[in-house]
Amino acid sequence: MSLSLDVRHRLGTFEIDVRFESAGGVCALFGPSGAGKTTLVNMIAGLINPQQGRIVVSGQVMFDSNDGTNLPPPARAVGYVFQDARLFPHLSVQQNLKYGRWFSKRRGTAEFDKTVDILGLGALLRRKPVTLSGGEKQRVAIGRALLSNPRLLLMDEPLAALDQARKDDILNTIEKMRDAFKIPIVYVSHSVAETDRLATQIVHIESGRVVDIRSNSNP
Amino acid sequence: MMQIVTLSDAEWSAIFLSLKVALWAMVGSLPFGIVCALVLARGQFRGKAILHALVHLPLVLPPVVTGYVLLYSFGKKSAIGQFLYDYLNFSFSFRWTGAALACAVMGFPLMVRAISLSISAVDRKLEAAASTLGASPIWVILTITLPLALPGILAGMVLSFAKAMGEFGATITFVSNIPGETQTLPTLIYTYTQVPEGDASVWRLTLISVFISMAALLVSEFLAARATGRLST
Repeated sequence: MSLSLDVRHRLGTFEIDVRFESAGGVCALFGPSGAGKTTLVNMIAGLINPQQGRIVVSGQVMFDSNDGTNLPPPARAVGYVFQDARLFPHLSVQQNLKYGRWFSKRRGTAEFDKTVDILGLGALLRRKPVTLSGGEKQRVAIGRALLSNPRLLLMDEPLAALDQARKDDILNTIEKMRDAFKIPIVYVSHSVAETDRLATQIVHIESGRVVDIRSNSNP
Repeated sequence: MMQIVTLSDAEWSAIFLSLKVALWAMVGSLPFGIVCALVLARGQFRGKAILHALVHLPLVLPPVVTGYVLLYSFGKKSAIGQFLYDYLNFSFSFRWTGAALACAVMGFPLMVRAISLSISAVDRKLEAAASTLGASPIWVILTITLPLALPGILAGMVLSFAKAMGEFGATITFVSNIPGETQTLPTLIYTYTQVPEGDASVWRLTLISVFISMAALLVSEFLAARATGRLST
């Protein structure tokens, strides 16, 4: 898999002009709040369209302003773990987990039991999202995104709303998941500790621009 | 005393007819109400204000005017009325179906308003999340938006039903007041108020109207509480 991103987008006085490529593994978008990281992942997911540029995932063009290509989000097959989990409140944990699978059967079926096992969701399946703790919600959100058979997984500060103990718990889960599923991940964070621990490549973004790209041999 | 508790045939017939008309008005307008509410709550297009005004028109027009417009557009002599009669052997004129249509139109603004408010309250972030999981817009509506708007949909249905139970002006203008066919509870009450010995009947039917309306409100409260509970626990 590869991700190639080359976008320009102006929001009022703020301008995003970002270009980088990632060969796979965990690519961290690192930078302070307001640097434009979330806007970038929203562009990869298709929730925001850049004014100019080109986005390619695994050789498939998602967006190209030159020829008007613009796949809608459901066609992109990009899993997205939001900062605020965004579980569907009217569905049980199990129904949440299986939601994306239903639409992605033709791309093969991610292994439900294995995913539930690795994310430690077995005891939660029949519960409703409102009864879950923040950490549990985030684990379900990760499982839900994984089970939609994505080509690429986007994670936007998945630990932001959690306390330290929960953060360690989820970090462990993400590491396990990274190693077990071999799925490429774009991981947004403003925390050096997180990116150093998880990422194979770190793209440092400030004020809408790439200031540094380095690979990380730690993980 | 027996006269107070025993209902005449005309009274029973009006009660059942009212229930039938109100149920059909509610069920028949529901699909249109949901689509209209979705368009008003989520659509962005030129002329949205005009659609909004059109939908709400029956709320502010004198019911007699609405009834006359229906008579003019769906009556036997109108193009639509003739088409329905010639090709589908179906008629609204002076039939209970016409009463249902009149009630549906009169209740439509209330239904659409309740549903579109609850659709507006659905978190669009959840819809975006569903779309990243592979759901096309129509599936997002069916699996996320409408289930989450269920309390509002139920409220809209009850409002439409209640409006239909009480509708008078548009019904009597469009399909008249024919016993057994278009004579609903309100039009029968009106008929009894016009005759000297009608007092007892008026009281009986008034109490029944109050009872049915109360029952509808209680059922809707119950359903809405259950639906809301389902969303939050």
